[in-house]
Amino acid sequence: MRKRRGGVPLPLLLPAAVGLIFLVLPLVGLLARTPWSSLLTRLAEPGVTQALRLSLWTSTLATLVCLVLGVPLAWLLARVEFPGRRLVRALITVPLVLPPVVGGIALLLALGRRGLVGSWLDSTFGITLPFTTAGVVIAEAFVALPFLVISVEGALRGADTRFEEAAATLGATRWVSFTHVTLPLVAPGIAAGAVLCWARALGEFGATITFAGNYPGITQTMPLAVYQTMESGDLEGAVVLSLILLVVSVTILAALRDKWLTAP
Amino acid sequence: MPPESSTTGRICCPATVISVKRLLRSTVAGLAVTLTASLAACGSGSGSGSEAGRPVTVFAAASLTESFTTLGDRFEAAHPGSTVTFNFGGSSALATQINEGAPADVFASAAPANMAAVTDAGTPATFARNQLVIAVGKGNPKGVTGLAALTGPRLKVALCAAAVPCGAAATTAIAAAGVTITPVTLEQDVKAALSKVRLGEVDAALVYRTDAKAAAADVDAIEFPESARAVNDYPIAVLTGARNTAGGQAFVDYVLSPEGLRVLTDAGFQAP
Amino acid sequence: MSLLDAALRVERGSFRLDIALSVAAGETVALLGPNGAGKTTALRALAGLTPLTGGHLRLDGRDLTEAPPEERPIGVVFQDYLLFPHLNARDNVAFGPRRHGVDRRAAHAVADRWLERVGLTGYSRRKPRQLSGGQAQRVALARALAVDPVLLLLDEPLAALDARTRLETRGELRRHLAAHPGAALLVTHDPLDALVLADRLVVVEQGRVVQEGDAATITARPRTDYVARLVGLNLFRGHGEGHTVRLPDGFTLATADPVHGDTFVAFPPAAVALHPTEPTGSPRNTWPAVLADIQRHGDSLRVSLDGPITVAADITPAAAAQLRLEPGVEIWVALKAAETRAYPAD
Repeated sequence: MRKRRGGVPLPLLLPAAVGLIFLVLPLVGLLARTPWSSLLTRLAEPGVTQALRLSLWTSTLATLVCLVLGVPLAWLLARVEFPGRRLVRALITVPLVLPPVVGGIALLLALGRRGLVGSWLDSTFGITLPFTTAGVVIAEAFVALPFLVISVEGALRGADTRFEEAAATLGATRWVSFTHVTLPLVAPGIAAGAVLCWARALGEFGATITFAGNYPGITQTMPLAVYQTMESGDLEGAVVLSLILLVVSVTILAALRDKWLTAP
Repeated sequence: MPPESSTTGRICCPATVISVKRLLRSTVAGLAVTLTASLAACGSGSGSGSEAGRPVTVFAAASLTESFTTLGDRFEAAHPGSTVTFNFGGSSALATQINEGAPADVFASAAPANMAAVTDAGTPATFARNQLVIAVGKGNPKGVTGLAALTGPRLKVALCAAAVPCGAAATTAIAAAGVTITPVTLEQDVKAALSKVRLGEVDAALVYRTDAKAAAADVDAIEFPESARAVNDYPIAVLTGARNTAGGQAFVDYVLSPEGLRVLTDAGFQAP
Repeated sequence: MSLLDAALRVERGSFRLDIALSVAAGETVALLGPNGAGKTTALRALAGLTPLTGGHLRLDGRDLTEAPPEERPIGVVFQDYLLFPHLNARDNVAFGPRRHGVDRRAAHAVADRWLERVGLTGYSRRKPRQLSGGQAQRVALARALAVDPVLLLLDEPLAALDARTRLETRGELRRHLAAHPGAALLVTHDPLDALVLADRLVVVEQGRVVQEGDAATITARPRTDYVARLVGLNLFRGHGEGHTVRLPDGFTLATADPVHGDTFVAFPPAAVALHPTEPTGSPRNTWPAVLADIQRHGDSLRVSLDGPITVAADITPAAAAQLRLEPGVEIWVALKAAETRAYPAD
């Protein structure tokens, strides 16, 4: 008796396999070059823990900023008809296609010491954002926000608005419906968006180095530390740092996934 | 895949050079790591038969951006049919890329240390020397007169990271002056440090005289005596793994020629 | 004095809803009509979920025409219940009281009381997805009633249930509607729901009220083909001339009731007799027809007959066999005048 090969057509299976290899191969390359013996001593280096702590801290803060700003923005896009909504949606996706370095330059021109808003911040409050940890958070939030807005907007569009109507007939104002009905309904979408957002912020490099600069302990996040180590000719060190970043982020993502993303 | 697609093309417009160059450079760095194996594989297979049509690929220190761009144009004019492509960047990053198999024919570094780090550099020759200046905003709004003025918290200072030649030179010069400077950022190459001054994000940066000269429209250069203690020798070499050895040698010869020297000194370099 | 007094006008594209509704305290009115008649639009307009383009809405003396949904003392049981999936049954029912300023404990007490009244005491901690269709319907009812609405709206409350559950739930719903002191409006396309649950029926077709009245009147005297089909009657409209009604194409039907002017004539399919040859004797109405279709209908067979007028007839399977009935057969139709009901159309 002839057996069907699982019913998976070859024209799908082949590119899928190539795609998987394409994604996994660079990681294998990284692992193949890892000096396992010096891994632990590297991890204990103060510079490494400092950069790692800064990375985790800033990407978490950036995610919070994105949640506070992005969820209302997504709601507005999903629920309110207003002129220019398509334009706004297109604008929100700009940081997705913009090279992060360009994003960093744009941030400098807007929030830098001589920037549109930055010069006012400097002259009025004496606040300058570049070369500060706050600047890192801003750069990360800038590139990560679209991920959150897009996934939350998708979740909001997929959610049945009639639940909000039901809430209204029970006496809920629009704000209360949002907090008590809409938010819980789209919570999985928000969680997924936040995780994407956090991962993007954690890996952020271009906008950060351009806008926030590179100084250990203040603005040098893990990706910058990797880059600097690589630039100074220490490839082995760069590989180790990359691996640490990879392990930490994958561990956290896996933990979050179990907790949030695979609800029954 | 043609090897030149992974290196930057000629960049000729100083106004836009910062963003495009950085972007391309980080791409190159990424490619250099991930494609090491494949590049090494296709590098060994091709013979030396058709070197004539092949472009000369030059990896050069960021501080050479303007002068080498000019040299490339003149070289092509003097050698009809030849093309030169450049990959400008921090010398240490370029050294790493070359060691990882990036397809370079010629390496021009801003310091001998980075040249020494390249395992297959042939016999390097020093073609220029460079010295640091303090780059400040046009008109020197903060009245900077020397390194001592950069010590206080009042001024924001950008330095190059210690791993790149301009950073190493800055460390030497600062030590020679006996002062302590706390920068707000350690940039990965001299152009990045300079751009922070141009944008007004920092008040001062230690950069090469040549870079300050190239950006004279936006910045003023303040000379300081301690820079004489940290003069950079610029070595150039044809790489032993070059695929266009003849073309590479021709370019190196051109850089070392009186005409090449004239272009470099016009840019502010000192003769070796 | 009616509790609800509404004139609902909603225009949306080519669709136009224009109906007047009034419901008294303690009364249940069924809004009955085919799909697309505008029943749900009317319900949404009453709840404030679809804005009125004209008309007014007064409830218990208050003008609510412009009021947002959350300010209307109106409870809604939605067709698919729309229980909040992230809340358990108790929190679903307590949601309304909480929004009306009741504190958490008191709201839970209200919810428990309502769950008890709908017979779901042990189910308060269940999430909606852990409830059966009938249970979810009862939670939805409890949720709508827990805010003590002046007007209770029910959108096809039984449509999502299977036949068996439907029967039970219908009986219970009737009990709750009878106990509800306010007004209730039920939207349905099922005549049985309307007849069982409502005190009064309002039939809507194409955005307009075509007939309203109590169940007895509607079932005895349909005024549109839709209503006639719902209640299972043949219906014709013509000009009454004493004991005959002349239909527009000239055919006449003899009636027992004397009528004049614009007139409806209705008769049940069971009153239509079939004969192989032209019948003689008492029937006042006879005409030749061609059998168009034949289908089972309960214990009998329902026969569609083409001819000068198209009618449905119910006959026994034995009679059908005797007459060798099959589509295309030519046959004579007889209808006693005494079996018809004639009533004025205007």
